[in-house]
Amino acid sequence: MRCAQAPPRCRRRADSRLDIVCRSVPDKRAKNTSKYTLDRGIPGAFEGETVTRRRFMTGSAHAAGAIATSAFALPALGFAIGPVFKSTPHHWEVVGTTDQFPDNNYVPVVLTLVANLGEAGKTTVYMRKFNPEIDTDRYDLHTPYIAISDRCVHLGCPVRWVDASERFICPCHGGVYDIVGKRVSGPPVRPLDRFYTRVNGEKVEVGPRFSVNSQLRHFSPRLPGEPVDGIGQYLYPSTPGAKL
Amino acid sequence: MPKLPKLPAPPLPAPLQEPPPRPGEGNGKAGPLDAAAEAGITVVDWIDERTSLSGAARWMMFRKVPKGTNWFYTLGSATMFAFLNQAVTGVFLAMYYRPEPSGGAYESVRYITNQVFLGQFVRGMHKWGSSVMVVLVFLHMGRTFFFGAYKYPRELNWVIGVVLLILTMTMAFTGYLLPFDQRAFWATTVGVNINGTGPLLGPYLSDFLLGGAEFNATTLSRFYAIHMLLVPGLIAALIGAHLYLVAKLGTTAPPWQKAHKRVELRETEV
Repeated sequence: MRCAQAPPRCRRRADSRLDIVCRSVPDKRAKNTSKYTLDRGIPGAFEGETVTRRRFMTGSAHAAGAIATSAFALPALGFAIGPVFKSTPHHWEVVGTTDQFPDNNYVPVVLTLVANLGEAGKTTVYMRKFNPEIDTDRYDLHTPYIAISDRCVHLGCPVRWVDASERFICPCHGGVYDIVGKRVSGPPVRPLDRFYTRVNGEKVEVGPRFSVNSQLRHFSPRLPGEPVDGIGQYLYPSTPGAKL
Repeated sequence: MPKLPKLPAPPLPAPLQEPPPRPGEGNGKAGPLDAAAEAGITVVDWIDERTSLSGAARWMMFRKVPKGTNWFYTLGSATMFAFLNQAVTGVFLAMYYRPEPSGGAYESVRYITNQVFLGQFVRGMHKWGSSVMVVLVFLHMGRTFFFGAYKYPRELNWVIGVVLLILTMTMAFTGYLLPFDQRAFWATTVGVNINGTGPLLGPYLSDFLLGGAEFNATTLSRFYAIHMLLVPGLIAALIGAHLYLVAKLGTTAPPWQKAHKRVELRETEV
């Protein structure tokens, strides 16, 4: 890559950058005009060459190596982290009939969240009919049935409904929730998650999960341990896989 | 009692001494043992001539160690042998294990434990060996810290060691799920959710670990691949770097070791 024009003499140069370069080198090298080859003593470099052949070859070899590496590394990386950005279609599952659930006590039903996964794909949901005397919160979602997830919102252990004390109790780290799923004591950071419900004829159906804050306002589902009150809802975004 | 110098043994009287071998009789002739030794030397020489490995082996093995080197300095090697134990038993456990979440994983572990010859033993080696390795890593780290062996010029080795510690914990975390019993499932659920409590990136990290928003069909195989392919390779490579730096920089003396006091030169009148 030679200069198109013959290098002008130093004295006549108006270009300030080249002028500085020119002044700093001895006269016999002044005919070299490239800032890359100038004053380097690289053998075989033409005067005015912006990139030496050696430099060009090194760069090409590095580029070829980078292309070859990313050709297998990038697809593999995308393959591994792809599920993070994939949303799962939600489905409605029939869990029983309308006369099956009282309005002052919970009945556990088993929901299949992931098919063909045996026990690991199932979860327990505590169901009762909507009761205006219990479900009095302003932001409470008026679903015909209240379906509370047994997934403790501390770290995900299964809670169980204890009828005698009217509390949900977690065996792992002592989280306790009241009858609407609000935290009473222990480490949980928000009330228990819920599921949407609907009545289809005589059948009660349970749909996707949602999270609630301390006023039972509903949010896209969050993982356990992630508060949704105040700044928490921004610090812990709902992931694409969990979103509705 | 002061130690007395040992006297040299008196020479045997001439009649009891064995006659020296005569030329061409006995000593020139090689027995089968000599031939075997010679064959071994030939093979080693053949390899060494083409690789010059003996220099590297000598550089690695015959190092000067400081005065005061003691049993605490074996904790690093002990950790490495715990890792080798995990690697070897893990490879053979993989011959029987099936990462199927719908029951196959649990059944295959039960099969290893109850049916396979020495299966319970090898699985026990792997299970208990993991705890041993974690404990040894911390003891080794404690030795390095309390002996001040992390200081210049060994800081990079400390950094590599911390990465190895994190990778060891990753191995312990991912391996815990593989038996796929109740304890494994719920411990992993709790562990993944602890990852999720990190702000902003936590939820995505959880989804990455599970391969989705919920525990799903690919979670177990994901943990299995991380446990037996991804992390062991990284650990082996970093152990290599760790050992290279140990050999390159040498080990430190224990902190209670005093430097040799120089003998003062005295001027005397002559």
